[in-house]
Amino acid sequence: MSEELEALFKDMAQSIIDGDSDISVELAKKSIEMNIPPLDAITKGFVVGVNYIGDQFGAGEAFLPELVMAGEAMKAAVATLEPELIKLGEARETMGRVVLATVEGDIHEIGKTLVGTMLSASGFEVTDLGVDQPADKIIGKAIEIDASLIGMSALLTTTMVRQREVIEEMDKEGLRPKIKVMVGGAPITRDWATKIKADGYSEDAVGAVKLAKELVGKADA
Amino acid sequence: MKPKLSLLDEELVTQIIDEACQLLIKPGVKVQNEEARQLLAEAGAEVDEENLVVRIPEKIVRAALETVPREFKLYDYEGSPKVQYGGDAVQFDPGSSGILVLLPETLEHKTAESEDLIRVIKVADALPQYDAQSTAVVCHDVPKDLHDLYRLYLVMLYSNKPIVTGAFTNKTVHRMIDMLAIFAGGRDELRNKPRAVFDVCPSPPLIWSNFGAGQLIALARAGIPAEIVSMPLAGAASPVTLLGSVTQHAAECLSGIVIHQLAQTGSPIVWGGAPAIFDMRKGGTPFGAIETAMIDSSYAQVGKSLGLPTHAYLGATESKVLDTQAGLESGMGALVGALSGINMISGSGMLDSLLCQSPEKLVTDAEGIAMAKRMIDGMKVHTDTLATGFYEGVNFKGGDFLKQKITMKLFREEQYMPGKVIDRDSMRGWRESGSMDTFTRAKLRVKEILASYARPELDSTHEADLHAFVLDLAHQAGLTELPKLEDAMPV
Repeated sequence: MSEELEALFKDMAQSIIDGDSDISVELAKKSIEMNIPPLDAITKGFVVGVNYIGDQFGAGEAFLPELVMAGEAMKAAVATLEPELIKLGEARETMGRVVLATVEGDIHEIGKTLVGTMLSASGFEVTDLGVDQPADKIIGKAIEIDASLIGMSALLTTTMVRQREVIEEMDKEGLRPKIKVMVGGAPITRDWATKIKADGYSEDAVGAVKLAKELVGKADA
Repeated sequence: MKPKLSLLDEELVTQIIDEACQLLIKPGVKVQNEEARQLLAEAGAEVDEENLVVRIPEKIVRAALETVPREFKLYDYEGSPKVQYGGDAVQFDPGSSGILVLLPETLEHKTAESEDLIRVIKVADALPQYDAQSTAVVCHDVPKDLHDLYRLYLVMLYSNKPIVTGAFTNKTVHRMIDMLAIFAGGRDELRNKPRAVFDVCPSPPLIWSNFGAGQLIALARAGIPAEIVSMPLAGAASPVTLLGSVTQHAAECLSGIVIHQLAQTGSPIVWGGAPAIFDMRKGGTPFGAIETAMIDSSYAQVGKSLGLPTHAYLGATESKVLDTQAGLESGMGALVGALSGINMISGSGMLDSLLCQSPEKLVTDAEGIAMAKRMIDGMKVHTDTLATGFYEGVNFKGGDFLKQKITMKLFREEQYMPGKVIDRDSMRGWRESGSMDTFTRAKLRVKEILASYARPELDSTHEADLHAFVLDLAHQAGLTELPKLEDAMPV
């Protein structure tokens, strides 16, 4: 790798670490001008930054705003590179399609939105339905977009039972194990996830990315 | 806008100073040091040599107040200014001269030795909340003659921070100044950039012992900062009223300043103390009592009205273990001290009324200190509009503000990020990381700090000279060699 290229990749990673969308977009454009394969820009440049911030967050060294801004900068860079990827016919290999929602009766979404940002930044195609979503809406959307994963959030002990309803409904319709289910939210525990037969749960957004990769069989990606 | 706690109105402050000056005439001050009495007599005070009582007219007091420096600094080993005495600077150091340490595994209060003091020094060195070290515990593995200076020796070896210390005899104060001068490169250099302040205690009520007054004179002449630690004990060794005790404190400090300035005008001295209320059930001296904090805050306000640097003993507890009482008393003390703008607040790490030091308490207290420092940093206006500028692009969604650049830019300034001793985890996360209480987390934090500690780089000549100097004093005290130090035995 030429020194110039190496420096560019390093700057790309840094723009994500700094959570600076303006610079990440600028560097994405620069890489197009330099005829750098957009996939290289993503995997050798920007993704390095996302992984770094994720690790720092996991270690308690980085905080939520840094995580979110890194995700946003990543999304912006990928959006800039996307037309180029399509033009070259080498669309970034998707990690999978995910439907995210906060369950019916619950309007809390900061954690879920964060999971969405991090999943997008890590190469998932995320459809975020928002809050207060009944089971049929969530399942209907998953079928419609051929999702491989549903992620459900609940903040209240009174609404977490809705997670079980969605899973039971999916089982009734024979949608599992083709579509995997992950659950999250403040009251959710590993025991609860096991009890309602979810495929997994995570404590935070960084863990959710790791879990999602495992569930779609791409743990090494 | 910086918040400020004032328990007294101007009228009360004036009355306190006025009555303190009256006390200096009637009943006067007992001065058990001959040289001090002589200095006072020469200045025009009325000395009763039979009863050793001196009556100090207000004009002598006012003259002394004219020459006291309004501010001075303490320097670290490298000679950089690190502690500001004067104004509203707020700084903390561990409580000093404990005789015991808490053993975290058995909860035993063990007689302190060198290795215990070294642990305390290392922990205080690592935590930015401690602006200065103190000579925190007496090491009982060296002879009594070395007790005061040997503590200083260890602090000088294991930390480069400024030091709050004190001598136990009129002879050793000179040796301790000599020790500091070795590192500073001479007594003049030390005077220009003092690394340490020496605590000097009057004896309540209204007594300057031969030792206390002797210290004032020695320090004044050496030009090394002195810190008066006046200790009214409300209801026993001073009036039961808090205001009466604040007034006695003022009288003891004013008379100390007079002796000090008569010995050498312009020498730096601090308006400090370690008062307490007298506990009427157990007869103890509760440093964690809120009334103790009220006396501290009030006398600091009096000292500030005179333009003097200030000190107080706060952030300590009567509790014997690191429990809820220890946390609430230490936290409240730190907050009151910080809000009162006290320049040096000593007491952290201390359990059982200043008898027992605990590194685990030091790491916990550091969080209370950080919170108190955040509080006095106050509400800050960071933006042109307070809120309206934040709403562009906000779409009535809960996480919208998390995505704003300004959030990332300002969150660390607006929020203090607590260390691992403070738990803000979810129930689930807390369980998964071991269901630890504060004390357990503090023990882990201390282990982490001790594992990553590195001794400061000291000039090898300095270190060898200091070692030779202390070894010589040890020989005079009948010791053939100094205790072995695990990770730092200088040649």
